Amino acid sequence: MKSLRAVAGAGVVAAATLWGGVAQAADTIKVGVLHSLSGTMAISETTLKDTVLMMVDDINKKGGLLGKKVEAVVVDPASNWPLFAEKARELLAKEKVSVVFGCWTSVSRKSVLPVFEELNGLLFYPVQYEGEESSRNVFYTGAAPNQQAIPAVEYLMSEEKVERWVLAGTDYVYPRTTNKILESFLKSKGVKAEDIMINYTPFGHSDWQTIVADIKKFGTGGKKTAVVSTINGDANVPFYKELANQGVKATDIPVVAFSVGEEELAGIDTKPLLGHLAAWNYFQSVKNPTNEAFIKKWHEFIKSAKRVTNDPMEATYIGFKMWTQAVQQAGSTDVDAVRQAMYGQKVMAPSGFESVMNTNNHLSKPVMIGEIQADGQFQIVWQTKGPVKADAWSDFIPESAKLNADWTYPWVCGNCAEPKYKAAGF
Amino acid sequence: MIRALALLAALLFAQPAQADAFSEAVAGLSAGGFGEKIKAVETLAALGDARAVPILRAMAEGRLLARPDGALVIDGHDATTGQPAEAEGALAVSINNRLRSAIQGAVGRLGLVSPDPAERGRAAQAVLDSPSPESAAMLRKAIERETDAAVMTAMRFSLAALDLGDADPARRLAGVAALADSSLDPQVRGLLTRLAQSDSDAGVAGAARQALEGAETRLRALRIAENLFQGISLGSVLLLAAIGLAVTFGVMGVINMAHGEMIMLGAYTTFAVQEAFRAWAPAWALDFYLVAALPAAFLVSAAIGIALERGVIRFLYGRPLETLLATWGVSLMLQQLVRSLFGATNKEVANPSWMTGGIELAGGVMLTWNRVVIVLFAVAVLAGLAALMRWSFFGLGMRAVTQNRAMASAMGIPAGRVDALTFGLGSGIAGIAGVALSQIGNVSPNLGQGYIVDSFMVVVFGGVGSLWGTLVASLSLGVVNKFLEPYAGAMLGKILVLVFIILFIQKRPRGLFALRGRSAEA
Repeated sequence: MKSLRAVAGAGVVAAATLWGGVAQAADTIKVGVLHSLSGTMAISETTLKDTVLMMVDDINKKGGLLGKKVEAVVVDPASNWPLFAEKARELLAKEKVSVVFGCWTSVSRKSVLPVFEELNGLLFYPVQYEGEESSRNVFYTGAAPNQQAIPAVEYLMSEEKVERWVLAGTDYVYPRTTNKILESFLKSKGVKAEDIMINYTPFGHSDWQTIVADIKKFGTGGKKTAVVSTINGDANVPFYKELANQGVKATDIPVVAFSVGEEELAGIDTKPLLGHLAAWNYFQSVKNPTNEAFIKKWHEFIKSAKRVTNDPMEATYIGFKMWTQAVQQAGSTDVDAVRQAMYGQKVMAPSGFESVMNTNNHLSKPVMIGEIQADGQFQIVWQTKGPVKADAWSDFIPESAKLNADWTYPWVCGNCAEPKYKAAGF
Repeated sequence: MIRALALLAALLFAQPAQADAFSEAVAGLSAGGFGEKIKAVETLAALGDARAVPILRAMAEGRLLARPDGALVIDGHDATTGQPAEAEGALAVSINNRLRSAIQGAVGRLGLVSPDPAERGRAAQAVLDSPSPESAAMLRKAIERETDAAVMTAMRFSLAALDLGDADPARRLAGVAALADSSLDPQVRGLLTRLAQSDSDAGVAGAARQALEGAETRLRALRIAENLFQGISLGSVLLLAAIGLAVTFGVMGVINMAHGEMIMLGAYTTFAVQEAFRAWAPAWALDFYLVAALPAAFLVSAAIGIALERGVIRFLYGRPLETLLATWGVSLMLQQLVRSLFGATNKEVANPSWMTGGIELAGGVMLTWNRVVIVLFAVAVLAGLAALMRWSFFGLGMRAVTQNRAMASAMGIPAGRVDALTFGLGSGIAGIAGVALSQIGNVSPNLGQGYIVDSFMVVVFGGVGSLWGTLVASLSLGVVNKFLEPYAGAMLGKILVLVFIILFIQKRPRGLFALRGRSAEA
């Protein structure tokens, strides 16, 4: 009986193929996946591609969306920023996808932004970033600076009594903007300029001897010192190895990182790094039923119980869930209808809190600070009592403090000081 | 006799009372937030009971588990009584950095009463990690009892450092005076700087400033030595990366863009060997997996190098542009191959214990073992290669073929085979460079790309075809880079070095050590 059905199924598929693309387009909802599968960023982005595929697989098992099957269209922009824009155009114009999940670095997001705005596409961006942006066509499911950087610094100030700061980052837009925000935040808290050291290194920097020695020297300034690291990607492994070998312990000079998660630690021997910190909105070690189900689903999908989950994966999960809910609510995959349905959409996240999509296209999420453990996981040492609303335009940069993002009436604007529509006088 | 009995009785009666206070303090360790736990640790330390030491150590290492019923368990035994206990459903007692330093301090203070002098010496050091008035008081008592001279010195030193935080200016001044000689020590410098900046007593602040300035010259000399070591270390990494290229590009003249991937393959072989050792080798052998990884990495990279030469490059001799494009394509293929075999994520290659940590020279200057080993290793590889080229028959054939292929063939040297083997040798050396580089960087499919530009830079700067040129070029580039970095930053430093090389090549197109003769004209 079963084999009979399989044969029939195969026949139907064959027939559908014969009918050609027209029939198929009507029967499936296409979801674009725009993550680098080769090049420098493949290390981080491949996992997110798999996460989207897992979610697509999951929803198809449950009978699809609006009675249709969901089909993932995967393209490889190869860590090449202009290629991101080209591939985005291909997904929107040629493949006619309903939504795109993609991008990791801010520069790739900036590269696809004009394409999404021109063709009125929908992008879900799952990575923590520097803020200072709110596009009508993008939903940002990663953290804004007030959901990651600022709480982490506040934690170090109050709990570890840190008075001297090293802001170390890779030389591109995310670290530079984040450090600008942090610097003015620290100064507003009374930290003197001589107690802040800012350092930038190129992508993939591998020789950290001088910088680690400088950090140690800076740490003898008679005040408790901490490093706030926005070092991205491959450069982290040699950085942490050098810290460990030069004997910088977390109890002397703690390092809090914004780009180091479970996935990055998988490439490092973490025993010497005990106690260094990371700030995210989710850790794999969070204990709650949603997270257990999420991890189980991931292990089953990827067929390995050794693979870890991390914050951008959780952000992808939230984004995908919200999009499916919004599509169901709107009863259509039409971009404008789905966007309206997105606002106020709620999802029980693996972080254990309900995440809400705000009208600035950013999420409300909890902030957590974890310490690195010997097994490569994080132990949560602090978290906010509830979700924190993302602030797209930081209050700590003078030019952006007065800007606001709100895509509902009367604002309808991503970067305005005043609402676009004046309230009528009645 | 009566006194002994009385003592016994006193002990019998006293024991329960103290045990109660002790177990109560232990029970507090799992209570509430970090603030309460810190208080519990302090209470426990104040009891001065040596039994607390293993419990606190277990807590710091995350081995202290709390059962839902409140009982504390360490490795299957109850924490207070030592009786075997179930650990079902127990969670590790969570700690953070502040708590961790509190525990370190407590363990340190408790260690001061240990009967073992080595333990007391360590404790004298450890109290410095978490300075507090209680530690100073305990240290003062410990010094009165101390018999061991070395431990006594360590304790005096720590006490002086602790005295810097005392409320009494006279004590602070005495502390500064006692520490003036050791103001190179980074921990002492930190304490002295704090005094110099913000002490309420002008005399103390002045003395602290003077003590700091006294060490300034020596410190500057140390920094230069440190920079020099870092430069040599960076140079040796460049040397390792470039030395294989010095053979394939320098001797054979092949522009091999897949050179970085040979390094990457070596690093992945190291990873594979490490995994094999973890699975099958006895525990004592784990530290020596690198020894087995060296020949394995050489063979893997050499085999792929030979296949590349026989399969692609030999058809392209004399067509540099096509060689460049073809090897570039091969490099992308190798990267993707490794990515699909091992996955896109970084692989963890652990430093063996003899390559972890470092030796601290005066003034906080660190020589890290992995760097020291790599410097020595790079020199050994270069010497080995130079010896092979100078004295072996294969080396002779290699030199003959590169100088005059037609003449060498006429003399009966199989030029094709020598080409293949030479390319294999260059690739194999890149493979063992990969073994070394896996110890300081990350092992990912892109590993090679970070080194390819630097490698060409070194070979071109040193003079194509000259091994000595490669050595001098890599070391001088490393040292120059490291001396520029503190002033210009990592980014600008790199740019300045590149500009310098471009200018240098304008002046001397053939690099530092130009080869004379026929091969130079080719």
